[in-house]
Parts: sequence; structure tokens; C-alpha cells
Amino acid sequence: MTALVTSTERLQRLLALVPYVVSRKSVGLAETAAAFGVSERELVDDLNLLWCVELRAPDPYCPIDLSYEGGEIVVSQAESMGRPLRLAVDEASALLVALRMLAEVPGLEDRSALSRLIAKLEAAAGEAAAVSAQVAVQVDHRDDEAEAYAAQVRGALSSGRRVHLRYYVPGRDEATERDVDPMRLLVVEGRPYLEGWCLRAEGVRLFRLDRVLRLDVLDVPAAPPAEAQPVDVDQGLFTPSPDDVPVVLELSVTGRWVAEYYPCESVTDLEDGRLRVVLRTPDTGWVRRLALRLGEDGRVISPPSLVAQVHDAATAALANYVVLSLDAGVRPSHAADTTSRQGRRVDSGRERRLPAPKEDGHDW
Amino acid sequence: MSKRKTERLLGLVVCLLSTRRYLTAEQIREAVPGYPEQDDLFKRMFERDKEDLRDLGVPLETGLNHPFDDDPGYRIRQQAYELPELRLEADEAAVLGLAARVWRRAELAGAAAGALLKLRAAGIDADPAASDENSPVPPGIEPRLGTPEPAFGPLWEAVRDRRPVTFSYRAAGRSEPQRRELEPWGVVNRHGRWYVAGWDRGRNDTRVFRLSRIAGPVKFCGPAGRVTVPDGADVRELVRDWDSAPQEHTALLRVRAGAGVGLRRHAISVRPDAEAPGWDLVTTRFGDLAWFADYAAWFGPDVIVLDPPDLREAVIRHLKGALA
Repeated sequence: MTALVTSTERLQRLLALVPYVVSRKSVGLAETAAAFGVSERELVDDLNLLWCVELRAPDPYCPIDLSYEGGEIVVSQAESMGRPLRLAVDEASALLVALRMLAEVPGLEDRSALSRLIAKLEAAAGEAAAVSAQVAVQVDHRDDEAEAYAAQVRGALSSGRRVHLRYYVPGRDEATERDVDPMRLLVVEGRPYLEGWCLRAEGVRLFRLDRVLRLDVLDVPAAPPAEAQPVDVDQGLFTPSPDDVPVVLELSVTGRWVAEYYPCESVTDLEDGRLRVVLRTPDTGWVRRLALRLGEDGRVISPPSLVAQVHDAATAALANYVVLSLDAGVRPSHAADTTSRQGRRVDSGRERRLPAPKEDGHDW
Repeated sequence: MSKRKTERLLGLVVCLLSTRRYLTAEQIREAVPGYPEQDDLFKRMFERDKEDLRDLGVPLETGLNHPFDDDPGYRIRQQAYELPELRLEADEAAVLGLAARVWRRAELAGAAAGALLKLRAAGIDADPAASDENSPVPPGIEPRLGTPEPAFGPLWEAVRDRRPVTFSYRAAGRSEPQRRELEPWGVVNRHGRWYVAGWDRGRNDTRVFRLSRIAGPVKFCGPAGRVTVPDGADVRELVRDWDSAPQEHTALLRVRAGAGVGLRRHAISVRPDAEAPGWDLVTTRFGDLAWFADYAAWFGPDVIVLDPPDLREAVIRHLKGALA
């Protein structure tokens, strides 16, 4: 693992190591190695290297004196290296951007620690903090509703209670009722989720807080079973299962957003900027709705059963309008008017207006 | 990794930190072990070392001790080098641990880890695992940010160093990517997507770009410091305006009882339709007509647009398109 460490990376570690020990007076080898993510052997190499530093002029002397007898590191002389190097722009920004995002996360009742820490870091980073204002992460739907749900989830997590959810599943256009044993409140890419053991699905599920229609904390202790493993959020939230149905879609230039919004197994460029994508899903119902939404900008190629479903749904939806216009005497066409409006919109050709949905619905 | 180089760089830092006077290259060569005898080799190596230290953020100063000195000297001022005194309360340290984990596996993960290391070195114990009852962070809160777009790294550097960039961009609805030249003002994540906002030199206007639509590499096209972010430019606001149309239109929909849950959530009014048993009349607001027509089509035969007529026609055309 150390093979890839460059000289400057090791230098960074050495410059931090001296103040790490100095600020703690004395500290154990094992603890220090763990804090720096190195083996004890590597740490001892580092300490020896520091001890050997020598300046030859004007008079030869060794600026750093230290010992690690009995596994306890003590630095008895550190010269001017007793304090860590100040934060670089990247470092200050990484922390400050993350902290400002946390400040927007619903469910943190006490934001005072956050704002105090932000102020202290800004002061300590000085100029290096300025650029961080140019990177921002906005957390979705920080409205009162999401805030209230997140606070309830937070309460349920700390008191270890089960919750009852009325939850919207856009892919089926259904409000579902379920009991969930909460495990974590996740915020991934600025979007809050409740992760929990869903008793109805008998599995770990993620629930987007902006799709919760009602949430009650029950007077029942939460008891996620031993097999309830938290989702590895660093691997992506949605991992398709091999049992999922592969769906092939062809998208026009205007429909390309699908490849950005949904995790696709494969994306192939066709001529004229069109795309062929393969999605895997346990439930093709939402793809039928997606196809209706795409209209002429997307076409289901397979499976054939889904092609038929899209056709049936579109036919039924159009029939509604025919029946309606006969019944209520609504004139079926305002074609001239519509064309001109549509024409203007398309002609403006602005890259700014996305045809993509803001709250695209699917249930994986 | 070269141990000798690490030793030499470390010696250089200690040497320059412990001097108040500027030291010339020659004096440094005498004091710090590890530099070669030959002058040209030494010169090259010393130049590279200075660059390495500056890349690490070590504030290397150049100057003259006397106005009549021939060669410039070098030093590191202790005050410019040191992280200022910083004390954190227990609750602040707990939040710090959480913040450092936000970027895990993302572009700035290394920077976050580096910052945490320095803060630990300053005596702060930000143990990510420590989460007691008084922690402001309830157990189980796990925020994460990813930067899957390869454009994030270079754009972040460009924003940081105020450098103009060029890239090819596939705008929505266009089949061919176009070359764009941008003075980037900031990077924003909204609804989970990354955007860059700034001044588009070709269009002579402010523009917002989705990182996922940038095709190919992002290249710098000017030196650092060339970009000026205008006073009052709010990149978050730019991206928000770009992304959302004001909800200024009203639609009247006939929605099958029990269906259209997503539409009902944000409706102004819902009432049973006296003319059509089993259906409700739903009034709702919308911004962009094309977007809302797509959205209404999602509900298939469960939603009928009654008004306005142009929305109704757009949905009908849309459904016909799905049949074609």
C-alpha cells in the first residue's frame, strides 16, 4: 500500500507527525500509526527519519529530538516544527463545502456547533477559505415538511422506535403504507433518505424523504434483523440484481437525459446523437410510464411484453380524449395555436431549459 | 518514493523555518545535506524542490536582505507557515469528523483527509466513530457527495486558480457537441447534479453547464488569475434560475380517483368531478409547458388535461408519439 506514496506525500505526513506528538505531550505508537493510517513499522521509519534530520551550516546541529521507548513517543525538541502547516485551499474548501452542506441537512436540530466550527475554520484557514464560497451544494426540499419528517426520523433513531410511513411510489403512482425500522438518515448528493428495514418488503430499503406523505413514530421498539446490512453508500445507492429484467430503450437527442438520470447497464451511441441504453429493473411498470413521458423521444425495444404495455397504455390514454371531446363537446384540435407556441420554444434552442423531469419517479 | 528526497525536503523546510534572514541558494546548499556538487544539477534539483514545497502549500518567500545583494534569498516565515491556534469543543469536533467523511471516494477526498490530518496534528481529536449523547449529530446521519463526472477535477482547479477553460459541450437536444470557452465562477450541486456557472466568452453572457454533458477533457485556456468573479455574482442563484421556471400557469386536470398521487400532492384544489363519477377535478400550477406535458403523460390513462388547450394538445401529441 505504501508503494504509491510520493516523497511529498511522506513529507506531509512527517510535517504533521511532529506537532501531532507535541500537542499530546506523549502518545502511543499504535494509536499514532492508526491515526496516520500507516503500520507501526512505517511509523518507526518516519520517527527515525525525523530524528536523523541534520543541518550542517552555520554549525552542525540536529533540530529534532525524540524517543519512542516502551512504545510511547515523546518529542523533546521540535524547533520550528511544533505546529502543523496551515490548510491548503483544497483542504479548507473540502471541509467548508461539506460543513455548509451539513448545515442544510434536515434533521440536525442543533446547528450551533456547525456554525461555530465553520467560523473557526474560516478564521484558521484565512485566505484559503475564500475559494470555498465558489463551490456549493444545495440540499433538496429543505422545506418545513421535509424538516419535520427528518426531525421525526432523527427522534426515532435515537429512541430506537419503529415508524409507520405513507410513502409515494411514482413508478406505480401509489401511496403505500409500510412499517419501517429506521437504520440511518442518509444524505446522498444533497438528497435526504431514510434507510431502514421495511417489514412489508422484508428487506433494507431507502425512502426519499421528499416522497413521504405521512410519518408516525410508533410505540414499538425498532428491531432490524441481524441480516439487515446497511447499504454501502460509497458504491452507489442502486445496485441492480441479476434477477432484474433488462430493458432496451432507444432515445432521441431530446431523450438523452434518461441516460443521465437512471443508472444504465450500458449506453451506446447511435447516429444523429441518438442513444441505445440498457436498464435493469425488478419492476418494469415505471419504464412503461417513462415511455409515455418520453413520447416520440424514446422507444422501448425489448422486452416485447413491455412494448405491448406501452402501446396499450397510450391507446387507452388517447381514447380518454376522444370520448371526452364527444361527450363534452370539447373541440379536439387547437393545432394551429399549439404549433406556434411549441415552435417558439424549440426554436429558441436554449441549452438552459432541460426537458428532464425534476422529480423523476422510479422505484428500484 | 525516494527516502533521500524526503529527507532533503524536510531539511529544507526546517532550515528555512529556522532562519529570519533570507538564505541564498548557496547557503542552503551548505546547510541542507543531500544536494549534488555540480552546479547545474544542484540548480535543477533546487528549483524542483521549491516547486514541490509550494505545491504542498508551504509559503516560501523570496527576498533580499540588503538592497544591494546580488542573489535573492529564501525563507519561510513561521507565522505564515503555521496553522493558527484552533480549539474545538467536543460537539464541534464531532461535526468535523462527519464533514471529513462527506467526500469519501470523491474528487476532494484526499484534500479532506489532508485537512483532518493537520487538524489532528494541532491536537484536535476528531474521531469519526465518537458519537455520544451530546453530539449534535444524531447517530445514523451519513451525508455523502460523489463527483462521478471527470470534469469536476479540472473545473474545481480552474475555479480555485481563476483560470479560463475550454471544453466541448453537448447541449440538451443537440446531436453535436460544441466548443465552449468559459470563465468559471463556481461549481454547484443541485438536485444531486453538478453544474458550473460563469461567463461564456463565445456567447458573451452568463451560462450554466451540466458537468455530465461535457464531452471529453476540460482544458485550461489561459493563465491563473485571469478570471474575475464579478461582485454580487451568486452561482447558486444562477443555477437555480437556470433550472426552474416560475410556476405561473394553472392547469385543470381530470384525475382518476385514487390515482395521480404525485399530482395531488402539490395541487391547489381537489374535488370530485360531478360530470364524471370515479374522477376528481385537480387544479395545479406549472412552470414549463413542455415539461408539464411530459409529466402528465407519465400518468397515462389516469390523467386527462382539460385546460389550458395548448397543454392538452401537447399531451395528445406526446401520447401519439409514444404510439408511432
